[in-house]
Amino acid sequence: MYEAPKFLAAGDRAIVIELGDEISIECNRRVHSLHKAISRADLPGVVDIIPTYRSILVEYDAMQASYADINASLLDIDAGSADTPEDDATVVHLPVLYGGEYGPDLEHVAQNAGMSTGEVVDLHSGTEYPVYMMGFTPGFPYLGGMSERIATPRLSTPRGVIPAGSVGIAEAQTGVYPIESPGGWQLIGRTPLRLFDVDRSPPSLIAAGDCVRFVPLTSEDEYRDIHEQVAAGSYQVATTTKA
Amino acid sequence: MTVATFKILDPGLLTTVQDRGRYGYQRYGVPVSGAMDQFALRMANLMVGNGQNAAALETTVQGPKIEFHTSTWIAVTGADISPEVDGQPVQMWESLEIKEGSVLEFGDLRDGMRAYIAVRGGIDVPVVMGSRSTYLKGSFGGLEGRAFKAGDILSTLSADPDTALPKRLPKNYTAPVYGGIHRLRVVIGPQDHAFDPNALSKFLTARYRVHPDSDRMGYMLDGSKIEHREGADIVSDGNPNGAVQIHGDGIPRILLADRGTTGGYTKIATVISVDLSGLAQALPGQSVSFRQVTVEEAQEALREQESVVRSVARQGQLPKMSISLDDVAFAVETEDGQPITQSGAISGPSEEVVRSIGVNVGGESYDFRLSVQRES
Repeated sequence: MYEAPKFLAAGDRAIVIELGDEISIECNRRVHSLHKAISRADLPGVVDIIPTYRSILVEYDAMQASYADINASLLDIDAGSADTPEDDATVVHLPVLYGGEYGPDLEHVAQNAGMSTGEVVDLHSGTEYPVYMMGFTPGFPYLGGMSERIATPRLSTPRGVIPAGSVGIAEAQTGVYPIESPGGWQLIGRTPLRLFDVDRSPPSLIAAGDCVRFVPLTSEDEYRDIHEQVAAGSYQVATTTKA
Repeated sequence: MTVATFKILDPGLLTTVQDRGRYGYQRYGVPVSGAMDQFALRMANLMVGNGQNAAALETTVQGPKIEFHTSTWIAVTGADISPEVDGQPVQMWESLEIKEGSVLEFGDLRDGMRAYIAVRGGIDVPVVMGSRSTYLKGSFGGLEGRAFKAGDILSTLSADPDTALPKRLPKNYTAPVYGGIHRLRVVIGPQDHAFDPNALSKFLTARYRVHPDSDRMGYMLDGSKIEHREGADIVSDGNPNGAVQIHGDGIPRILLADRGTTGGYTKIATVISVDLSGLAQALPGQSVSFRQVTVEEAQEALREQESVVRSVARQGQLPKMSISLDDVAFAVETEDGQPITQSGAISGPSEEVVRSIGVNVGGESYDFRLSVQRES
């Protein structure tokens, strides 16, 4: 993390605030607390904000506010927010059915790690993963903090279609495919929850700055039951608070 | 009565519904989308009395064929693809009156790549996350998240009755000509430090060609490779519209409307807002080069463009208040800035002598646009 953030012009309608150039929980926490402070300030002319691993892109309407105005306002917010205590993070619980047809690569991941599939599931579901940022596709969370012990290289040939909700591993990263897409991640399970739904407000179940916990389901019946509740709109997503 | 419907007889190469874009959801990874050529979209909308953010059609290279089931107003802007109504060539960049049963179709591509067709009232498709723009990769927005097919029937919202039509470009402004050589102004950064001075100067002097692998997500360029000091990868960062990424292969890629929200490649520069319109009209094989400007210069160029947009926006706006002329003080000017009095004779060579009237009522000032025709 830098000692002082860098404020850089990204064209004539955006400013990027770089807080560091690393992937670390300290730097990312600072990103999310500054993101919140900027959102709260509701600056005239700001049209969108993108928090990332280590930076915040602030897009503005240059006809409402000049570069100098926005830059000065952001500097003020940064100076005023350094001592603000961080809010507690929301932990979103995602039920996951590991293995079988829902996680066809679980065996491979276990073999690669030299452990049983049960141990892979215990390691994968035993952590609260910080959501560093969203991107890649709508609703895709970039999660940090997976155990290196279950890190597995990507598939040599990506799959053409990966069902929405698939939980995968790529190198030392883990993630969930929010919408059906092609991809090369090792698939270890699937959640019956809809991570991204354009008709919901907000459309994404998960936001950058949250944490995610995977909760193993014990049977296909349990998966189907939750899937039906989700379809009927009666499923309540479990959340807890991480201090 | 003010709602119009029309049928797509032939969809053209790629025709979608776009507005100014989907803002506020990029933090969830949702791309902005929206019209590639924002200026052309806004002008098309203004010419039919719509708000600037109304949804219109964006065509690609080959235009659609459309049959109107209702009499209405339309406007075609952007690429010149030889628009015709019922077989007769029609003007672009101005209001066109359309009769029920009329057919709009297009011919040869003469200039540019993307045309915009606005229909009075704006296209009525559902608002998804605050926008009607189509995001093809995500299959949402616009018409069922997809490009038009033959047989699609669309309708408009009801029109704002407070604008008098027809409207046209201001006399002192000519419609853009895109041509085949695109000189883009850029603001350097935010990752310019990843390149040494030689690489930066190479970037600013090289001639590139638009690669065929270019679409609404971005334009890939062919030409001089730009070398990094160390590597092309950065820890992922937000992607503004017009960002010029240099990947490990040294090839510049310009991120556009459907770009991903974040990316892990160095961004050497960002194309300035007003030049993105011309870039959206660049065809594969055409020439692209870059010239450095400051943010302040870029924003000055934007203000100049906005003054054209504003003058078209004001045109035809019917005043929504009535005032007694006894209560007001007039400041009337001729087109060349000569003050004229209320009672004085209006003289001058042009037919339209009065451009604007500033009216002051109890400390509040109002701008009116007035056109005075001399009787011959």
